[in-house]
Amino acid sequence: MSLKNKTGFALAAVAILLLSACSSGSDSAVEETQPAAQETTEAVDTNPCSKDQLDTLTAGTLTIATGEPAYYPWVLEDAPESGEGFEPAVAYAVAAELGYSANEVVWVRTTFDGAIAPGSKPFDFNLQQFSITEERKQVVDFSSGYYYVTQAIVSAEGSKIAGATSIADLKGAKLGAAVGTTSLTTAETVINPDAEIAVFNDNAAAVQALKNGQIDGLVVDLPTAFYLAAVEIDNGVIVGQLASDPNTPEQFGLLLAKDSAITSCVTQAVDTLRSNGTLSQIEATWLTADQGAPVLK
Amino acid sequence: MAHSNSNSEISGGSWYPSKLELQRQQIRSRQARKRIAIATLSSVLVLGTLVLVVVNSPGWELFKQTYFDIDYGVEVLPIVAKGITTNIRLTIIASILITIIALLLALARTSKAAALTPFRILATIYVDVFRGVPLLLVILLVGFGLPALGLRGLTSNVLVLGTLAVVLTYSAYVAEVFRSGILSIHPSQRAAARSLGLTQAQAMRYVILPQAVRRVIPPLLNDLVALIKDTGLVSILGVIDAVRAAQIQTSKTFNYTPYIVAAILFLMITIPLTRITDRALQKSISKQNSQGTT
Repeated sequence: MSLKNKTGFALAAVAILLLSACSSGSDSAVEETQPAAQETTEAVDTNPCSKDQLDTLTAGTLTIATGEPAYYPWVLEDAPESGEGFEPAVAYAVAAELGYSANEVVWVRTTFDGAIAPGSKPFDFNLQQFSITEERKQVVDFSSGYYYVTQAIVSAEGSKIAGATSIADLKGAKLGAAVGTTSLTTAETVINPDAEIAVFNDNAAAVQALKNGQIDGLVVDLPTAFYLAAVEIDNGVIVGQLASDPNTPEQFGLLLAKDSAITSCVTQAVDTLRSNGTLSQIEATWLTADQGAPVLK
Repeated sequence: MAHSNSNSEISGGSWYPSKLELQRQQIRSRQARKRIAIATLSSVLVLGTLVLVVVNSPGWELFKQTYFDIDYGVEVLPIVAKGITTNIRLTIIASILITIIALLLALARTSKAAALTPFRILATIYVDVFRGVPLLLVILLVGFGLPALGLRGLTSNVLVLGTLAVVLTYSAYVAEVFRSGILSIHPSQRAAARSLGLTQAQAMRYVILPQAVRRVIPPLLNDLVALIKDTGLVSILGVIDAVRAAQIQTSKTFNYTPYIVAAILFLMITIPLTRITDRALQKSISKQNSQGTT
């Protein structure tokens, strides 16, 4: 056996060792979450969702995550701490419902797709327009929905799809969307354009491409579309919104780690806020009330 | 004399090994067989144990599902393979342009003619700037920044602009490789060529460059492999390459097999490429050496 072959074997051996190290590591992480889940079921009997019973990241504080940067119209001035904007308002309302005062809330930042990826999370819950989907539920937890959302297409006047009135009109368009979003899956399934959809790291890059005319239209959620068309894009227009399936309407939910101990309590808080009208009140305050974009068929 | 036994004996003009030599050969081949047996045994033992440990470790099933889901890998293969054609097309076009520009830059930087001084200065500045600026930054500047100027006649095609950005940066790297090759050729080569009546240009073209290029093929190949991988950075402009195609799939299913598929596709290009070039290089070196002795 030549020296070369021996080095090859040695390398393979090292690689296998590393792999086994990784796999056992991920396994222990999975096991760690189990006892936490059991604790809650016991806790439910005594005092379900009071502050001192909640198994948060740091006891006594609620760690909430949003995007880096957080965008209009969901968060104003990229400063969720101010409570200005729809999502900070929802976050502080949920915190209050769980018994946390505003100064017991700590904000952290994560990327959009990084937050959905499997694994442990550096936050108690995360809100940055995460749509609740079955695929995502396999790897993370969601609270009940706090906002019904539809997807919309933004373009600029003079673009070849600015006057489109039907989904068929969009077939020949070069569309863009951000990676890992339901906007992208909606564009693929509902419109399915002839040209390959351009996929960007985030909406900011997609907006640049739209401004440059590198794409004809951009698929985003409707409130973001209103903001982009009004503020970000010169002569921006909302081409229309895409009707979501009435049986499974798309909703934004608070994202939690898989099997988080506090998922049921957070869901309970969101449900309360919805039924007592707080959510619709926050929506009226921070989001454009008029959703008058034509629905494309 | 005992001494005569130990040497090979000459009889009737034909040579045959002595008994002692035969013994030596026997011992050597026995030792070799023993070494092979031990190497095989230890390899099987060590690697076999490792495989057993890995396969029986509690996380193995989850690990296999998450990274090596074969059915899913086969399902996404056409999508990722379509993505890698973008990398290949970009690499082919870019590498041709890079070779030409880098060679011109290297010639400008190594030229000694007084009249070429401005070109020498410009080439030096160019290399300094583009070698020092991150490729990702150049891609963003060219891909998004140039079209934002709204200049008439300038394309906004992201593939063209992305390729341009890659060419700008890699030309600086490769120019330095060519320059180091040219400088590594001993001055006596130029002197000898000149004494045979070749002009400066002829000496460069027929004597120095052929030797220089051959000498820098390994680092050039290094840059080519890096180029194949770096073309994927263009995906930030919205182009779908192999990595992006895999990312899109993974973001839907949270299974990381598409990334492994992309990695395998890249290896299937880069490993044969390096092996073939290594062999070609070996051939050309042995050819050069044999020419030297005659």
